[in-house]
Amino acid sequence: MHRLGIGNTERWLILVILAMSAALGVLTSTFLTLPNLFDLLNASAVDIIFGVGLLVVLIAGGIDISFTVAASVVQYLTALTLGLFGGGDWALGLILAGIFGTLLGCLNAFFIYQFRIVSIVVTIATYNLFFGLLMFFSGGVSIYDLPDWLTTRVVIFGTETAAGHAELTVIVLVMAVCVVATWLLLRRTSTGRQLYAMGDNPEGARRVGINIGAMHYLAFGWLGLMAGIAGLMQAHYAQEIVPNALYGRELNVLAAVVLGGARLGGGRGTILGVFLGIILVAMTQNGLNLLGVSPYAFKMIIGAIILVAITLSSEGVGRLMGSWRRPAERRTA
Amino acid sequence: MIALAQPSTGQESPAGTALLHLEHITKQFGGVKALDDVRFEIRRGEVLCLAGENGCGKSTLIKIISGVHQPEKGATMLFEGRSIEGLNPSTARQLGIQVIWQDLALFPEMSVAENISFESNLGTRPRLVNYAAMKVQAERILERLGVRLDLDALLRTLPIAQRQVVAIARALIGEATLVFMDEPTASLSQAETDALLVIVRRLSAEGIAVVFVSHRLAEVLDVCSRVTVIRDGRYVGTFPTQGMTQTRLTELMTGKTFDYAVQQRDLAGAPVILSVKNLSRAPNYADISFTIRRGEIVGLTGRLGSGRTELALSLFGMSRPTGGEITLEGRSAHFKSNREAIRAGVAYVSEDRLQLGLVQPQSIADNTVMAVLDDLIGPDRLISMTRRNTLVDDWIRDLAVKIGHPENAVSTLSGGNQQRVVLAKWLATNPKLLILDSPTVGVDVGARAGIFAIVHRLAEAGMAILLISDEIPEVYFNADRILHMRDGRIVGSYVPGETEIDAIEEAVHA
Repeated sequence: MHRLGIGNTERWLILVILAMSAALGVLTSTFLTLPNLFDLLNASAVDIIFGVGLLVVLIAGGIDISFTVAASVVQYLTALTLGLFGGGDWALGLILAGIFGTLLGCLNAFFIYQFRIVSIVVTIATYNLFFGLLMFFSGGVSIYDLPDWLTTRVVIFGTETAAGHAELTVIVLVMAVCVVATWLLLRRTSTGRQLYAMGDNPEGARRVGINIGAMHYLAFGWLGLMAGIAGLMQAHYAQEIVPNALYGRELNVLAAVVLGGARLGGGRGTILGVFLGIILVAMTQNGLNLLGVSPYAFKMIIGAIILVAITLSSEGVGRLMGSWRRPAERRTA
Repeated sequence: MIALAQPSTGQESPAGTALLHLEHITKQFGGVKALDDVRFEIRRGEVLCLAGENGCGKSTLIKIISGVHQPEKGATMLFEGRSIEGLNPSTARQLGIQVIWQDLALFPEMSVAENISFESNLGTRPRLVNYAAMKVQAERILERLGVRLDLDALLRTLPIAQRQVVAIARALIGEATLVFMDEPTASLSQAETDALLVIVRRLSAEGIAVVFVSHRLAEVLDVCSRVTVIRDGRYVGTFPTQGMTQTRLTELMTGKTFDYAVQQRDLAGAPVILSVKNLSRAPNYADISFTIRRGEIVGLTGRLGSGRTELALSLFGMSRPTGGEITLEGRSAHFKSNREAIRAGVAYVSEDRLQLGLVQPQSIADNTVMAVLDDLIGPDRLISMTRRNTLVDDWIRDLAVKIGHPENAVSTLSGGNQQRVVLAKWLATNPKLLILDSPTVGVDVGARAGIFAIVHRLAEAGMAILLISDEIPEVYFNADRILHMRDGRIVGSYVPGETEIDAIEEAVHA
């Protein structure tokens, strides 16, 4: 189990997801149908791309909240640059989005590493900087005039079922590539292990001779790359570019990634956990929708689920039980 | 001061046969000479002790040998007879020079195997990780050390002694020729220390030279064949450990003579301060009975895990006994919290002062008054800075803490002085009973003597003191009575002077 990266958190999430699927399958006629499940995946794919990127930064011991607005900036820059190239195509679009995203991520790394500033402070600043620049220069105007290749749905797998037409789009394919690439980076390359080591014990990492600067650029650059790609995919999904479309999404992604077992202190977290965390949140939203619950209640319920899940994750339970049994122990005045 | 004996430097081994031979090593940081014309020599397979007080330049010397620092001009550095000037960390590693730092520098979230074989993950060019090969490599090293560990277990699930083994294994993954161990036994129990010393001897038998840096003089004399002493950045000498005594070594390290004498005081008439009867708390300790009189120092010894710290915590109100009685000055003292205990006159100086006893980034003054903030409240219901500063000045003078300014952070002080600040913090509460849990862990010899001088003064002034330590000489020469705990019970009670120290050592460590 451990070898496959299935730890306590992941096992727990799988159980919850299965239980919830079973309940929703009974309560609604539509949840456990292929069209609905495929839609769920299509809709979560962008968040998963963001999530695996963010995981790399969390594992390296940092945090970033600027990545979603960075993705919006990338959308605008990519759309404008594509205009200069006369429209371009998927390959050019992905390359441009990737480059712009990586550059924005490296900007974060530059401030964090060169000036030894705490990553949350830097990214709060760049979050405001990116968003302010975007709103100022775009004037808050959306772009609807996108190249045809970007607004045309690309179906990679489609099938007819009793419940209707079910299809997976190119976003899921891109998501799969991002997930596999990040998994390879983190689990299978020596560089990825150095990232883990740095998040785990920064001083220890320095002593064994890990290049701390390079690791910062790699982690934040990788998140930038993923954010750039996710931005392009979101533009494709929405078929338009709205400057504040992703604003506020960073905290949802962060919560889902932490729900998946990533530790804010660094050194701990798995790709599977990210995937499960995001799917769980998306599924809850989807289920509530199908159950006819008011959308106004969504945030409240999802917030509560995240709280409960994080409290009940293996260590949380132990601590809770422990403090019930021995309330007065080891509390210093 | 005593007249130092002629050190037996160099004569026993010509430079040609030495593994590492250093001469005229000087290192200057700003205007401060950290090392001044130091020499150092070790042979293949030798276990050498590097001894000296905190801040004497030991760490600087280790950093020079591992290539972190470069010595000033005029130094001679020979490795197997060849000059190794301009050494840097990576060339040092190529020569097989490895340092096991006191904090180990391991990765808690990674498996044992990956920690041991982490070197194969290093390098700037990305490579695929071969977990199977790592495991095989780790397995082989552990076999060489004669240790079994679960290779897939995460390091953070291992006790500190096993982490130490992992750190050693990691140092040996390359072709190690010279291994530095910085305070490897500081947080180990006696049994674990013994196991570690077995490993050290094994390395030595394989021809690997080991430099042992330790404050525990007994084990130094036991495992090392020679000891190199440094004092205030200067080379004092290299001496064979045969015929060396702890007292002598202490004198060499500090340049001072210490008067070790057994306490002989008659306290039978003094009133009883603390009385403990049949105290139990499953599974930590059971059926504990003893008394401490006014002005008495009672030593409590036993191995790590014998229940001594748990007993102390119960006396301090931090855990509740399940049975038995505690009386303080004739009144029943079953504290619900340590706040009650402090109010009743109990003070507890914890074992882990760096983490539990002090707020490191705060100032010396703030740390000193931390436990008595309520007493400092002036007529305006705010903390009176005048009262605070008077109190702080009094204690600092009293305990002779060497500080720059009371508003400096505690983290800027040396280990011994930090321990004094912890003492000051608790003494400010005017305790009747003072519990000292391993007060000299990580404190060098000279500073230890200073701490015990304070303890004796407090006892003379009428404080009842419970001194917990697993170093027998420490309790033997400082306590009026020694209690020996094992597996949660008191299994022996000795009076120093009536029982020989060796007999107690044997009883405790057997």
